[in-house]
Amino acid sequence: MSEPAIAVGRSAPRLEAVEKVTGRAEYIADLARPGMLYGAILQSPYAHARILRYHTSAARALPGVHAVLTGADFDDHRMGAFVKDETAIAIGKVRYVGEPVAAVAAMDEATARQACRLIEIDYEELPAVLTIEEALAPDAPLIHERLADYFKVFPAISKGNSLSYTEIVEGDIAQGWRACDVIIEGEFETPAQAHIAIEPCGALAEVDAQGRITLWSANQSVFRVQANVCESLGLSMARLRCLTPRIGGGFGNKMEAHVQPIVVQLALTTGRPVKLILTREEDFQIVRVRHPAKLRVRTGAKRDGTLIARECELYLDGGAYGDDSPGVLGYALLMSRGPYRIPHTRSHGQVVYTNKLRSGAFRGFGNPQVAFAGETQLDEIAEQLALDPIELRLKNILRPGEQWFGGQPVESNGLAECVSAVRKASGWDARKTLPAAPDGKQRGFGIALAAHISGLLGTGAIVRLLEDGSVVLNTGAVDIGQGSDTVLTQICAEALRIPIDRVSLASPDTDGSPYNWGTTASRVTYTTGRSVLGAAREVERQIKEHAAEIFECSPVDLELRAGGRVGIIGVPDKELPFLAVSARAHWRKGGPIVGANSFVYDTPTLDPKRATALGLPFQQIGVYSFCALIVEVEVDEATGQTLLRRAWSAVDVGKAINPQLVEGQIEGGLVQGLGYALVEEVVWDGARLANPSLMDYKAPGIMDVPYELQSIIVEHPQPDGPFGAKGVGEIGLVPVAPAIANAIHEAAGVRLRRLPMTAEGVLRARLAEETSNAD
Amino acid sequence: MIGATVTLTVNGRDRIIAVPVDETLLVTLRERLGLTGAKLGCNQGVCGACTVLVDGRPVRGCLALSINCEGAAITTIEGLGEGRSLSLLQQAFVAAGAVQCGFCTSGMLLAATALLAEKPAASVEEIRAGLAGNICRCTGYRKIIDAVLAVATGRGP
Repeated sequence: MSEPAIAVGRSAPRLEAVEKVTGRAEYIADLARPGMLYGAILQSPYAHARILRYHTSAARALPGVHAVLTGADFDDHRMGAFVKDETAIAIGKVRYVGEPVAAVAAMDEATARQACRLIEIDYEELPAVLTIEEALAPDAPLIHERLADYFKVFPAISKGNSLSYTEIVEGDIAQGWRACDVIIEGEFETPAQAHIAIEPCGALAEVDAQGRITLWSANQSVFRVQANVCESLGLSMARLRCLTPRIGGGFGNKMEAHVQPIVVQLALTTGRPVKLILTREEDFQIVRVRHPAKLRVRTGAKRDGTLIARECELYLDGGAYGDDSPGVLGYALLMSRGPYRIPHTRSHGQVVYTNKLRSGAFRGFGNPQVAFAGETQLDEIAEQLALDPIELRLKNILRPGEQWFGGQPVESNGLAECVSAVRKASGWDARKTLPAAPDGKQRGFGIALAAHISGLLGTGAIVRLLEDGSVVLNTGAVDIGQGSDTVLTQICAEALRIPIDRVSLASPDTDGSPYNWGTTASRVTYTTGRSVLGAAREVERQIKEHAAEIFECSPVDLELRAGGRVGIIGVPDKELPFLAVSARAHWRKGGPIVGANSFVYDTPTLDPKRATALGLPFQQIGVYSFCALIVEVEVDEATGQTLLRRAWSAVDVGKAINPQLVEGQIEGGLVQGLGYALVEEVVWDGARLANPSLMDYKAPGIMDVPYELQSIIVEHPQPDGPFGAKGVGEIGLVPVAPAIANAIHEAAGVRLRRLPMTAEGVLRARLAEETSNAD
Repeated sequence: MIGATVTLTVNGRDRIIAVPVDETLLVTLRERLGLTGAKLGCNQGVCGACTVLVDGRPVRGCLALSINCEGAAITTIEGLGEGRSLSLLQQAFVAAGAVQCGFCTSGMLLAATALLAEKPAASVEEIRAGLAGNICRCTGYRKIIDAVLAVATGRGP
């Protein structure tokens, strides 16, 4: 289209910005219903124990208590995105410290919490499994004795405490090693990271006179909430309506269930609306974390830097329940070759159960762990071969049209342009000529590249033309703060050539919205955007059909004109406003104009002619975005403390529907990655979380982040993306840890293979280096 | 719990409220006065989402007790605008893309309002120092600094 853009490509302020700067945005904690009760949970003190007996009479007798629920009040129904292994509340046994074992609904929060303290439970403690090694020991206690019987949504390879095993092979790895001149091998370890959406999780449920339930909650998908609640409570999905308030951040933690099933059961039991908001400490203890990982990675190359072979062995600590773990494992392995041509690659790994908080989806979904190892090893190869790290990468990056690991062709690939953009902006080639660092400080640059998908599963959109020619867009996609409401509205407005303010957006509602798998996998702009475009095109078709009848011409002779008019091509004064068309449709002929579209991402990930796979959790993952990141760090020689001084991140997003929102994703991802790289770690003291508070768990503050943080948008259109767009939600985080690790190496000469790269870690690595040099 | 009566001037309006002696200002504002713009993020005074102004100074609503605010002038996000229009800082936050999920935004705006009242031409370093007590998990802070800087340098939103 050569016509000027009306909405797409403009940094329109987010639709709900005014609502948010005036305090009027309503989040789950701000909602109330008449007669509402307050819920609270009692948590397990044990990591692994059989539940013998509940003593609830004292709690029930407390004035103001309306319901006390334990595992005895729930049927054994199970939920889980990949393996159905989790009940709404612990039944029979507890599997991690903090797991909800009982719940109370009472007249106020204080009473509900007091009642929880009055509940006593007899346990028989079982030996706990706290590490990957313990879980895989031959005589390890089983965390899920019935694992073999659980329903699985894919052919999972499960055994003992191993939840799933996945393997992907391309080429011939043995032959690959023989062809290498240099081989780098290393072990890497990454921690559990907490999401810390500033809004803690919570839910509010209400049952109407017919027994139908309405549920509001902090979520990333009203449809996943509906599925999880109905699966874990044995309810028909038609009985539950899920709605969403504004969401105070979600980075994967609000995608699958948290307290929604318990809150619904409390509402069903009491017949009253019940609201339960987790404390920050509970939110840390019972929701989910990024998978702690251990990796063994080997990468080999020719003397000229051509990459030949890689093997990646990955162990993920899944915690007590499966959640998204098999997906994270499979996706991590698919990403483990990075955006490079490596003809011989074998990636394999498993996710294991432990008696700890479940791990699940977190921005990056397994990619940050494998990227840390892979991008570190590329720098090690460059060093051994005395090549510039950028030159080594440029020699090996996938070129447009080449295939991803597994065989899927990559249609749009602006990686080379991302690399040159950050190389130029950062002054990489002249970095050695910069003024020396102040005394006691060491400075260095580091680079890392990344790719990430946008895609996965089903989505839909409905566009309705109202009587006056304005439009209502309904997608079911939850805006978790990233700005998808605005972006989808822009796509719809552009397709119909009307101003943004002529489109209003329906809030997600499982009764009224088309299915949307969720705000996850960087997918909303790409997948839901495609559906919005499809639905808008259908509305356009119907508008033209009406206009063709009115003008007695063919629909192909008609065009949509800016501002909401349809007219005959080449005849400027032959046109009608949408109002005229819509009024005719409503009152005289054809019926109200509704455009609907739904689709599921269906391009195969695996090409059996190129690769083989075992235990792959999904067959069709998505399209690829690309990122190049350069950082400059300063390491304090005395303390080992690393400071990020400057950063340049370029991301190929296909087309920036809203450039300012795209920058927001790049910058936000970068800073979350900075936390992951340098400071963030959920620590267990034995079986118990040692730092479940913002006092003890450090998330980056404004002082940790440089003002010189430049986001660069690169646009290589995705052929089937809406206006060429693809995703940007996660990718900015992925290369941060390895870029910083590579910069620390350039600054301080030490190579760190464990995250977070704390001051102590740097000092220990230096000490180890000095010791080995002395030997 | 023993109660007490406190008089607060909230967003310019005198309010006489009976509160338990251990009730925080955040609970009083949210639950008794229906001013839900201040958010509970950590209940420990770390995240800053509950920041409100007490006599012009930024205070953690989750740590301050209402009975200790007797006679104080409280400004919440709901009182930040000028009449029905947004304050310059609010406008700047909208224009700069300094808002994502919005949960930290009220606290951030009130902390920034106090900062600019004290240092109307605040530099980048002064802005960073002034907002060091407010965590944002979405934006990466860059666009928040830009928003405050736009007002501080008189460039306007």
